[in-house]
Amino acid sequence: MKEKHKHIKEPLVKLSRRADLDRKHSWSYRALAILAALVVDGIIIMLVVHMNPFDIYSTMFMGAFGTTRKIWVTLKELSLLLLISIALTPAYRMKFWNLGGEGQVLMGAWATAFCMIYLGDKLPSGLLLLVMFVAAIVVGGIWAFIPAVFKAKWGTNETLFTLMMNYVAIQMVAYFIIKWEMPKGSGHVGIINQATQAGWLPYLGSNSYALVVGFVVIVTIGMHVYLKYSKHGYEISVVGESQRTATYVGISVDKVIIRTLILSGGICGFAGWLIVSGSDHTITTTLAGGMGFTGIMVSWLAQFNVIVMILCSLLIVFMGQGASEIATSFGLNEAFGDILTGIIIFFIIGVEFFINYKLHFRKSSGKEEA
Amino acid sequence: MSSPENREVAISLRNVTKTFGSIKANNNVSMDIYKGEILSLLGENGSGKTTLMNMLAGIYAPDGGQIFVNGEEAVIRSPQDAFDYQIGMIHQHFKLVDVFSAAENIILGMQGKLKLDKKAILKDIQETVDRYGFEIDLNKKIYEMSVSEKQTVEIIKVLYRGAQILILDEPTAVLTPQETEKLFFVLRAMKDHGRTIVIITHKLQEVLELSDRVAVLRKGEYIGEIETKEATESSLTEMMVGKKVELNIDRTDPVDVKDLVRVEHLTCLNKYGIKALDDVTFTIRAGEILGIAGIAGAGQKELLEAIAGLQKAEPGSSIMYRAIDNNDEIQLLGKDVNDIKNLGISLAFVPEDRLGMGLVGNMGMVGNMLLRSYNEGRGIFTREKEPRQLAEEIKDRLEVSTPNIYTPVRKLSGGNVQKVLVGREISLAPRVLMTAYAVRGLDINTSYTIYNILSEEKQKGVGVVYVGEDLDVLVELCDRILVLCEGKVSGIVDARTTTKEELGVMMTKYSGDHIAKINVAKLLENDEDEEAENEREA
Repeated sequence: MKEKHKHIKEPLVKLSRRADLDRKHSWSYRALAILAALVVDGIIIMLVVHMNPFDIYSTMFMGAFGTTRKIWVTLKELSLLLLISIALTPAYRMKFWNLGGEGQVLMGAWATAFCMIYLGDKLPSGLLLLVMFVAAIVVGGIWAFIPAVFKAKWGTNETLFTLMMNYVAIQMVAYFIIKWEMPKGSGHVGIINQATQAGWLPYLGSNSYALVVGFVVIVTIGMHVYLKYSKHGYEISVVGESQRTATYVGISVDKVIIRTLILSGGICGFAGWLIVSGSDHTITTTLAGGMGFTGIMVSWLAQFNVIVMILCSLLIVFMGQGASEIATSFGLNEAFGDILTGIIIFFIIGVEFFINYKLHFRKSSGKEEA
Repeated sequence: MSSPENREVAISLRNVTKTFGSIKANNNVSMDIYKGEILSLLGENGSGKTTLMNMLAGIYAPDGGQIFVNGEEAVIRSPQDAFDYQIGMIHQHFKLVDVFSAAENIILGMQGKLKLDKKAILKDIQETVDRYGFEIDLNKKIYEMSVSEKQTVEIIKVLYRGAQILILDEPTAVLTPQETEKLFFVLRAMKDHGRTIVIITHKLQEVLELSDRVAVLRKGEYIGEIETKEATESSLTEMMVGKKVELNIDRTDPVDVKDLVRVEHLTCLNKYGIKALDDVTFTIRAGEILGIAGIAGAGQKELLEAIAGLQKAEPGSSIMYRAIDNNDEIQLLGKDVNDIKNLGISLAFVPEDRLGMGLVGNMGMVGNMLLRSYNEGRGIFTREKEPRQLAEEIKDRLEVSTPNIYTPVRKLSGGNVQKVLVGREISLAPRVLMTAYAVRGLDINTSYTIYNILSEEKQKGVGVVYVGEDLDVLVELCDRILVLCEGKVSGIVDARTTTKEELGVMMTKYSGDHIAKINVAKLLENDEDEEAENEREA
């Protein structure tokens, strides 16, 4: 037993935290990671489906940006994902793990559809849009307000609570879908107000999604400014870093938690409004399409930096669009596209480890024998 | 020092040194621990007791020196290594899994067969429990346990793993007198079974009551050892606090002293509902430094936080602030930080936990300057220019060494972190400046920078409160010293005429009752034990 202690082996690899890596270096590491991911993807493409990786990559690119129409679809998807990521971000900066984005979006969409169906022929279109907008934000906000109050007042775990709120939202929407189904017995709501287009967000020229993109640009800039330069944004950062410090300088932690979650849920509701009114014109239980969860990844990947989030959501949307394109053009299983996407994301997340830590390999083994 | 011939050395430390940054936590410590003894490791806060023992337990590795176990040199790099040498340590903060039972925690991490035979294990553990006379339900979950029961589990865990040498870090700090007595009972039982016990402590009475031998550390240095039967409270105090050290702090006589904050009958409960402060009455005066002395956890934190509006007080308490200009008196209790600020009262507070409370570690100097002022001015945006200027100013004036004013402050050294915090607080132009352990962990130069700042503030007519642990500094720096003991004021003395020894005695004034209580409890308990034993035999 004692023998073991006399010759302590140096571990093969030791980790140490890097002092700050400068920007140029860290970005070149990230670029290298993407390159490495493409190489690994290429090998997999050749081995598994025996195709030229460059064909696949160019098809993916064309799938996302090949035509004006495709560019608009990509931009719309990018905008929606970005919007939801941005909605979650203030909560995350406060270390409030809001996993309820999906439900908050859905409830916003529900409120929007509700107004379209019941008020579609009663209000002029401008006012209707405004009512829908307000209703979506309020309902989304309430959906986040509930877990926030429980967290602030009684210290409940917000991850479980927000997650469960998703299921409540899904079941509620499922109920209303049966109630509103068109035609009866189809199990779908169908396009709402197809004839009158009441409550549809107008198209600008031929660029059908310009308004959606425009709204998201405004929210993105607004959120960036809010988090970085406003008093509220500062309070959020302090509460996220240390609640004791916040209390010490007189910030009311409960108030900040509740206020921020209303904002977070409200923007999710706003996203629900954009989806129903600006894009889908109908409601389904899968309307958020997992973006409430993908948004979490985007927000983390960008380390809660709003500007970096644009790049992250672009990457994810681009990969998604590309993946479905190669599925159709080459008759490949859609899952294959997801494999390629997964590998790229794995490399991008993985490189952060090497940016934060330095590896020291054991020197030659000669020293040990001595 | 003569030691009996039949003593066998269990552990020897030779020239053990450990540094953290620029701080020498242990400097060339050489000492022996004998088999089958109860050794007290005595020293003030920050004297390096825990660090030294952590090196035996495999938490830290020494920077220099050697450790011998049973005469052979040992390299202890992990708690597992320590167990291989049959050394086990019970830390101040328990390391137990809350949702597991006592037995599950005890076997956690041990090698065993694939299938857990719970019955056999329970029987096995119960044997250990009975041998030393522990009182514990092995099936009880940790979250249902009192602090003392948790401690018992920790001790059994270490024993069950076959530790011959047990180190306990301030084991009585969290116990009631009765629980303390029970603990001492099992410790003596362990000694009778040939185990070696080291207890880390700064409570003199316990040392005298329990141990065979005392080893004393002071400021990281090994001072010496003494047989307990030859020791007295005063001889131990002298070893612990040392001879008078010349510090040469420039202390001016207070001028124009006025009452500033009158604290009366202040009683506060801690989160367990126990009195952290008990009927505390004193006055903070403008133009004076009021020192607060006491062993760790005597109520210092609660006292400062109550004045700062961060701690609730019990009915009957009062903290009156007297405005200097018009002599208006304002009740501070029941008001929070913002209320106090809005009344125009400028209270500066340098808390003990610098990065967890006083500052935001991930923000730079500029962001941290904003903490106190972000809400000033109209509009929804924070100001940019003022905090930046303030950060630059503090960086120059206090010579903060940082790459730039946006570098997160957690990356700065302890001394620089403290300069940022103190700099910000005095920039508030405070009327009252409260500091908790303002120089803990700082090197001599930075410490003097801080002392000078406090003296300057005093000369400006600020009421300064200095909570400290180094008695030399308290005596040299302050004008008056309030001594806290177990939440009560054991006296307020003139710093110019008092001595360290007097302060030391006052710091443990009420612990006297504590021992008396233990003795009574001991008598009662012995009776009960006998009864229980009679019953068992019957």
